[in-house]
Amino acid sequence: MKTLSLHILDILQNSIRAQADLIELSIIEDLTENTFKIIIKDNGKGMDVELAKNAVDPFFTTRKTRNVGLGLSLLKQNAERTGGYLKLNSEINKGTNLEVMFKHDSIDRPVLGDIAGVICLTSTSNQNIDFIYHHKTDSGEYSYKTKEIKDILKDINISDPEIMKYLKSMINENLENINADNKKNRIKIKK
Amino acid sequence: MKRIKSLDDLKKLSKNAKNKFDLREKANDPDKVVQIKVAMATCGIASGAKETMDFLIEELDRQSIKAIVTQTGCMGYCYAEPTIEVTMPNNDPIVFGYVDTKKAKEIVEKYIKKNELVDGILPVNYETIDKQ
Repeated sequence: MKTLSLHILDILQNSIRAQADLIELSIIEDLTENTFKIIIKDNGKGMDVELAKNAVDPFFTTRKTRNVGLGLSLLKQNAERTGGYLKLNSEINKGTNLEVMFKHDSIDRPVLGDIAGVICLTSTSNQNIDFIYHHKTDSGEYSYKTKEIKDILKDINISDPEIMKYLKSMINENLENINADNKKNRIKIKK
Repeated sequence: MKRIKSLDDLKKLSKNAKNKFDLREKANDPDKVVQIKVAMATCGIASGAKETMDFLIEELDRQSIKAIVTQTGCMGYCYAEPTIEVTMPNNDPIVFGYVDTKKAKEIVEKYIKKNELVDGILPVNYETIDKQ
């Protein structure tokens, strides 16, 4: 995947397929610790120990349409390449908790990319699911909750192109305000 | 300091635009609009399905074509990603392969607007050898 947001778009599908109705995505950037963490929590049907162990194996999948499953394996590979890790905790009927850490300044860490687009696409395509997106950096934090949005819009559909365009620019402006994945940060760490 | 868009603005936007959206809502009877599913599993995303989906949403809105564009999982045509499934009202779904933004434009212009078939249709009754 070219950007971290594409990884997130991919991994969120796992939570959706696990029939979660609440998915929490947190991105935490810490420049002093030099970490870029992505945490995805869902309340889906979860996995048993065996399944969770197999989930990151590229030659394991629960699908029947093909016999490889690369989503988590690619993410793990990318994280480890920067000196980070991928941790997967899951409990049957409780949900799954995924934590991925990248070294913030690593040249191998993909950029965050169009996370606003990913959040909009995922939340409009799966309207029965509540999404919470939380982004924290050293300059501040931003939260986006689809439930709040839906309460405001009421009978207007969240997938209306005009609404989507607005939400996308709202997320982008807020992220810019807290210097999310700011290129200058990489230079700061180097110094 | 630059003003940042907030939920309060969304409230205003939703009130002002209510009538306009209402009209669209009524048209959202799924059998009467074009339905497009974009395959968005690892294979699709890695091949650029997101760009295709963004483009379709924007282009259909620009041309005021009523359509529902959603994500779906892997359809099993990983070799031909990005793939999309287009269902025209009262028609069988058709799956197109290798849909980059250029191909998506062609599908909108020819298939969706004029009902002309374009290259790149994948056979839906496709079976892999190991399944037989």
